[in-house]
Amino acid sequence: MEIAAKSAMDKINALFDSLTPKKLLELDAMLQPKGVKRAPFWQWGLWMGFFTLVALWGFYAAILCWFKGLNQTNMNDYYGFALWIWADLAVIALGGGAFFTGFLKYVIGKEMPLKYIVNYAVIIGFICYSSALLILGMDVGQPLRGWFIFWHANVHSMLTEVAFCLSCYFGVLCIEYLPNVLENRQLDKIPFIHNLTHNFHSAMGIFAATGAFLSFFHQGSLGGVAGVMFGRPFAFREGVFIWPTTFFLFTWSAAAFGPCFTIMLTKLIEAITRKKLVPDTAVRFLAKISGWMIGTYIVAKIADTLYWAFVTAPAAGWHLSDFYTGNAFYGYWILALEIVAGGIIPAGILISKKGRETGWSLTLAVILGVIGVSVNRWVMVLQVMAVPIMEFDQWALYVPSWQEVATTILPVAYGVLLISASHRYLPLFPYEIEQANAAEHHG
Amino acid sequence: MEAAESHEKQKMYGMVIDLDKCTGCGACMVACMAENNVPFRKDETDKFKSITWMRVYLLSNKKDYPYSDICYLPRPCMHCSGRGGHGHSPCVSVCPAVATDYSHATGIVSQIYTRCFGCRYCMGACPYHARYFNWWDPKWPEGMKEYLSPDVSCRMRGVVEKCSFCFHRYQRAMDLAFTEQRTELEENEYQTSCTQACPANAIVFGDLNNEEHQVAQLVSEPPEGKKKFRLLEQLDTNPKVYYLTSKDWVLSAANRSVKEEAKKAESGH
Amino acid sequence: MFPFNYEWAWDMSHIVFMGGLWYALGIIGAGVTYVVAKSAWDTMKGHGGHEEGHH
Repeated sequence: MEIAAKSAMDKINALFDSLTPKKLLELDAMLQPKGVKRAPFWQWGLWMGFFTLVALWGFYAAILCWFKGLNQTNMNDYYGFALWIWADLAVIALGGGAFFTGFLKYVIGKEMPLKYIVNYAVIIGFICYSSALLILGMDVGQPLRGWFIFWHANVHSMLTEVAFCLSCYFGVLCIEYLPNVLENRQLDKIPFIHNLTHNFHSAMGIFAATGAFLSFFHQGSLGGVAGVMFGRPFAFREGVFIWPTTFFLFTWSAAAFGPCFTIMLTKLIEAITRKKLVPDTAVRFLAKISGWMIGTYIVAKIADTLYWAFVTAPAAGWHLSDFYTGNAFYGYWILALEIVAGGIIPAGILISKKGRETGWSLTLAVILGVIGVSVNRWVMVLQVMAVPIMEFDQWALYVPSWQEVATTILPVAYGVLLISASHRYLPLFPYEIEQANAAEHHG
Repeated sequence: MEAAESHEKQKMYGMVIDLDKCTGCGACMVACMAENNVPFRKDETDKFKSITWMRVYLLSNKKDYPYSDICYLPRPCMHCSGRGGHGHSPCVSVCPAVATDYSHATGIVSQIYTRCFGCRYCMGACPYHARYFNWWDPKWPEGMKEYLSPDVSCRMRGVVEKCSFCFHRYQRAMDLAFTEQRTELEENEYQTSCTQACPANAIVFGDLNNEEHQVAQLVSEPPEGKKKFRLLEQLDTNPKVYYLTSKDWVLSAANRSVKEEAKKAESGH
Repeated sequence: MFPFNYEWAWDMSHIVFMGGLWYALGIIGAGVTYVVAKSAWDTMKGHGGHEEGHH
């Protein structure tokens, strides 16, 4: 075995010694999982090249923001929180599929059929959380002082809670993603790495449970960021002890809608690769759970919205119409979009067996779910900033600058690059490997 | 955040602004900017990016001539005591790095520029828009650096700033008192720049806990014919800036809870 | 973050928050240490490789 590993390393070293295009193709083939078919290298190269250019554009915008300052954005003193914070919240909510799938598989024990989708959910989570950290690194006025939030922590602030738990959970995601990387065909030949992968998988339940615990808190704290602001009647919610209701609603919605994003990206990658990568049983199982989670969440959300609209806000002198009229953009339509189109409809489709099992309705439901949670995060950041509070104040509206848009697209491009590389070189989808092995046996 | 010694009553510095006297001249805004080294840009058209620790708002009764009336309302930082008056100001509670703090000894909400890393959560939490972000580095016109106040640190880009009730003047007054071996300040020893600049004496500043100070007297017994109010009182922010006005419409225009009650009274409840 | 930081106070908020944080970090750290150590041990014992069967 060690001889096999040594010869593999020797081969790779020899390839690097004199790297010609032919040898590059050999290396590419060597790194791919055994038995599966991948797109020709030139095709994959074009795909990667395009998204690298997009990422470079985003990176250029990031450099501008870091070196010239946040005046590169269209944020102002009324919009201290804008597109980036929305992107952070949305991407973390959508990445909730990672912790929830991990929780279901490792803690609840739903090995089958979630084993077919958990790797993909983890990499999506990894991309989402690393993107959130990147965006935060750009969003703060003094990024080099970012460590203050840890070193000089104010334990009463929701944002402190977010920073700690988010960073720790990103560490957990790295631990969850690492075995996937180490399972690369060539790396797996090295005994220590093989053992490492095996032992990580055995111990994964501990990391998944800790990840679920951390996720509960940081997803919730992101809701708390808005809900504790008692100076902003649009955002403020009553709560339980120190936690406003938005704390629990955010955690619940992340767990509910995160799997929608995982399913949506599964459909997307299958469409692009023209392969069945995840069996329908896994997708439908996750969809069913997501449906019930969304259903229960939307009931809680409606109850919370009604209480806020008719009790909390009026106690401070505000009516619902104050938040949805008198401006050029925010109207009741956004409430309907979030709750009806983005909540009730996807819940209904995903709860129904027929809805889950019909291709187009499942796709529609998960897209609506992704839109619904993204609109919720938009409302809890940007509409909060827009609503005037002092009686003589005005509505403030905002359009992001190109630098903000580019830096928000940067994580998307980087995500595509990482998923593409992972799909090409790592055994990300056990179902695909099983199908390839079965075909080989029958062939 | 430690309390003052028990034998000294804790100070609570605050302001009373008489809106009947305010002419909207803006001298308070200018004085504040000069005193506190507030940066400015060549083009200050975008008021959403102008740093104005003190900002004068224009209120209108929205009626047509000959019944139209206006009122100017200066708005510094409110130095909120927060819910229940315990020092949990909306901004202090949310700062993740303790870059802003409520002093129980003076009632002033501080802003520590060297600690702030610019997350802007405090700006989101403040309903008065009293906090401003340095989107740019300050650029002083030729020769102006020599005019800057040495008592107030200049801020670089990426940090939040706000009215400090001219806290450096408090420090200077306390230093002088210390050299004279006393710990109490006279009313005129610590006054904010805006208070002293106002040509109409519309702004009064002092210790709300000291009955001998004019602010405390105005709050406990407003002059005849005038009503006192604070902005957004119903949010329980407990601001330390009081306003006086003899005009009922100003109360409604500035204060939502008053407006609601007036509406109810009009509809005959 | 640490007791020697200026802002640290031994009050309930700090105990609950930082206690929870260090507890979670402790579990993660211990887990990773265990996995790495066990893998090194297994490798030294001559285990590992495809003939062992997969997870």
